[in-house]
Amino acid sequence: MSAFNAIGADQEVDTDAFTPGVEPRATWCPGCGDFAVLKTLKQAMVERGKNPDEVLLVTGIGCSGKLSSYFESYGFHSIHGRSLPVARAATLANPDLEVVAAGGDGDGYGIGGNHFTHTARENHDMTYIVFNNEIFGLTKGQTSPTSPKGHKSKTQPSGSAKNPIRPLEWGLNAGATYIARTAAVNPRQATEILVEAMDHDGFAHVDFLTQCPTWNKDAKQYVPYIDVQDSEDFEFDVHDRDEAAQMMRETDTRLHEGEILTGRFFVEEGRPSYSEEKRQTGQMPDKPIVEQYFDEDAEWKPSSDLLDRHR
Amino acid sequence: MTENELIWRLAGGSGDGIDSTSQNFAKVLMRSGLHVFTHRHYPSRIRGGHTYAELRSKATPVRSRGDGYNFLLALGDSFARSPDEEAYYGNEEVKPLVENLDDLRDGGIIVYDEGLIDIDDVDSVLETSLEALAAEHDWHVYPLDLRDIATDHGREVMRNTAGVGATAALISLDLDPIEALMSDSMSGDALEANLTILEAAYDQVRDEHEIDHDVVLPEGTHEEAPVLLSGSHGVAYGALDAGCRFISGYPMTPWTEVFTILSQHLPEYGGVSEQVEDEIAAAGMAIGASHAGVKAMSGSSGGGFALMSELLGTAEMTETPVVFVEAMRGGPSTGMPTKPEQGDLDHVLYSSQGDSNRIVFAPGTIEECYEQTRRAFELAYEYQLPAIVIIDQKLSGEYRTVPDSVFTESAPDPDPGTVLTEEEIEDAAHHASGSYLRFQYDTDDGVVPRTLPGQKGGRFLTTGNEHNPAGHISEDPENRRQQVDRRRAKQETIREVLDETGTHQTRYGAEDARYGILVWGSQQSTVFEAVDRLNETDNSVSALGVSEMMPFPESEVADFLESVEEAVVVEMNSDGQFRGLVQRELGAYGNRLSSLLKYDGNPFEPAEVVDGVRAVITDDPGVTPPTTRLEPTKATNSR
Repeated sequence: MSAFNAIGADQEVDTDAFTPGVEPRATWCPGCGDFAVLKTLKQAMVERGKNPDEVLLVTGIGCSGKLSSYFESYGFHSIHGRSLPVARAATLANPDLEVVAAGGDGDGYGIGGNHFTHTARENHDMTYIVFNNEIFGLTKGQTSPTSPKGHKSKTQPSGSAKNPIRPLEWGLNAGATYIARTAAVNPRQATEILVEAMDHDGFAHVDFLTQCPTWNKDAKQYVPYIDVQDSEDFEFDVHDRDEAAQMMRETDTRLHEGEILTGRFFVEEGRPSYSEEKRQTGQMPDKPIVEQYFDEDAEWKPSSDLLDRHR
Repeated sequence: MTENELIWRLAGGSGDGIDSTSQNFAKVLMRSGLHVFTHRHYPSRIRGGHTYAELRSKATPVRSRGDGYNFLLALGDSFARSPDEEAYYGNEEVKPLVENLDDLRDGGIIVYDEGLIDIDDVDSVLETSLEALAAEHDWHVYPLDLRDIATDHGREVMRNTAGVGATAALISLDLDPIEALMSDSMSGDALEANLTILEAAYDQVRDEHEIDHDVVLPEGTHEEAPVLLSGSHGVAYGALDAGCRFISGYPMTPWTEVFTILSQHLPEYGGVSEQVEDEIAAAGMAIGASHAGVKAMSGSSGGGFALMSELLGTAEMTETPVVFVEAMRGGPSTGMPTKPEQGDLDHVLYSSQGDSNRIVFAPGTIEECYEQTRRAFELAYEYQLPAIVIIDQKLSGEYRTVPDSVFTESAPDPDPGTVLTEEEIEDAAHHASGSYLRFQYDTDDGVVPRTLPGQKGGRFLTTGNEHNPAGHISEDPENRRQQVDRRRAKQETIREVLDETGTHQTRYGAEDARYGILVWGSQQSTVFEAVDRLNETDNSVSALGVSEMMPFPESEVADFLESVEEAVVVEMNSDGQFRGLVQRELGAYGNRLSSLLKYDGNPFEPAEVVDGVRAVITDDPGVTPPTTRLEPTKATNSR
């Protein structure tokens, strides 16, 4: 008998179920790509048959972090760069939860980069959506880790002297087992990718191109885009690490040149998720750890069982 | 007359097995009916560098180091020797002998390994002869070729076994309990060799030396079954019995000890341990696990705890219960990694932006480590805020005998705190949208029950931004005031609960004392020992060991200060941080408080406290021990 009966509940829901009645209209600017993430995430939840009480959405700080304010579920709007530690611990505490973390490119690839590397490496069973608009939006337009070289802003008045981060290859090298890029302008593909990412049993990294019409005007609206799976120009096997790496390299290079490639770039099936690895090696119980606090028959071994070694 | 005691110091190279040998010998003494206290001293190196462990053993409970010691077993520093050549690096190998002579009491015993320590080198380093010094101090010197005994019957690394055998012969300790312990931990050839070496050394001392010293093993029996463990065990076992089933951390001395113990045992207790990329992740994960309903802990030492600061505030703002351990070492920055200090009190109390709203306990003994860690969990989960247990390198690493009843008296606590069940959620207040009103204003004690992700009908948003009753970001001034006041109310509630159910301060010494000593954390036991000595002459000193740092026990401390004419605050830092806290909380007594401070990397010895307090009593700073600093009262800050 579980104390968490929302999980796996047989319940018909529509996208309205994921729309809070309490929060005023979104504070995102008209034309912001973030609206598409919200819309497609709701749609993906419905397609997966999830209800709001079994979803934990952990966000960082930035325009992207507001996602949890406009999405009805259990939500934890954390601090800048730290959504992944909070989220991945929840997957260990209660592996049956649908855990989604989300944040911007500064949040995930800048200040939280160390957590991105290690969460991917550990392959937690969760989905990480990075709102990539190549800019710091909420703080009014500073250069971000994905801004192109030469990008000028108030904090980089002479233009950034740095090459941008290549997020797809980073995710691959770190150990993510599902890596995709989609764009706000392509909600059909985005919904499909989010459904696949959540279905995936491991760490799914979705780099979501979200145009910023206010602070990144000169840059792109991410159109036209090419779906690498639909296009005949690109032949590569998403299950082949080397081919995926090459495709990712080309994709980010073309992004910097203004050509938008989207789609699935890497899928590794069969690698156990972190929780599964820990269970298999006796480092984690089969039942969710949190259930024992609500199970009247749970055995609570006292520490005094350990005293013999001290006698 | 001073009670008979054996204070045995084992000195050698770091990496020579000093720790394990001393711990095994401590266990032997415990099994022989004695109370034991261990102190270890070591540099921040894996191998090389001079180190020692000290065991103080008596028939009655022993709670601190003594002043000096009366038995030196100097192994010599084997790692000071180049493995390729028989050459030594300078005179490093004699340091375990010559550097320990300052504290050796008159009449004490010296055993040294003449296989490694050349007496001519010793004399040249001392610039006098050991023989002359021994004559002056009535030291009884027993040179033994421990290396030879070890290599004869086994391997050179077994020199410590030979040293233990020699010790047993010199203090008339039966070999049986030593052999029994060895049989528990070794087998086969290694066991055989060690047993032979033990007996050979024992026999050699008995056969070849005339024993003419007065140091003997005390005799005693335990009234209650004892166990030998450390403050780190106290914290770790307290966490287990508090129902902690998640720990996340990153290694850092000395916090690593608590982290290691829990990592070893949590899986068999149905929990999870996570070693992660940094302390920021460690803090975030403990918060995430707790948000999902698991009682969780993280921790670090000063530098790592600094990285946790922002998330500590997040736990306060989101009202996520969590317990952190801060195991202090000398600071600032990398400081002195393996030396104790109490310099992180302000850091732990006020770290993170905004006002502080947390519980901070500073246990003073192993027993208190256990009890207060349990209490930290209980209060954190009941009142939904972070609790910090602050210890230091002294308390975390010292082994001492304590009655096993400390750990068996109360059953494990599976209570997840103020959490609603799904049935209770159905009757709870919800917003029209269906989300649970997690942050309502209207509570008596400041606490609104939590719901947990996955619970039906319990969904809510929490955020590190200020938020309204539904958890949504709000900068409305009226809401802000309501939320801050409600969260703040928890401090008063917890203070009342502690006052009603039992506080964690310990009063010790004379009833109507004229002089007081205020002490916190690990220095408590040393101060209590000093109080006994001060009261031998005129019964005029009383001490208060304070453990509750936040919320602060105002009335208890004020009552204590009212009861004395003058008080000395004893702590291991140079700022007088606890004295500052007392003044900040009480806003008075500036003309009654002076500080006795020590910050050279070594904890107080009882005699230093005795002398420091005498300096205050006699108003003669001249008798202040040179290793300490006396800071007089601030009369301008008087009541």
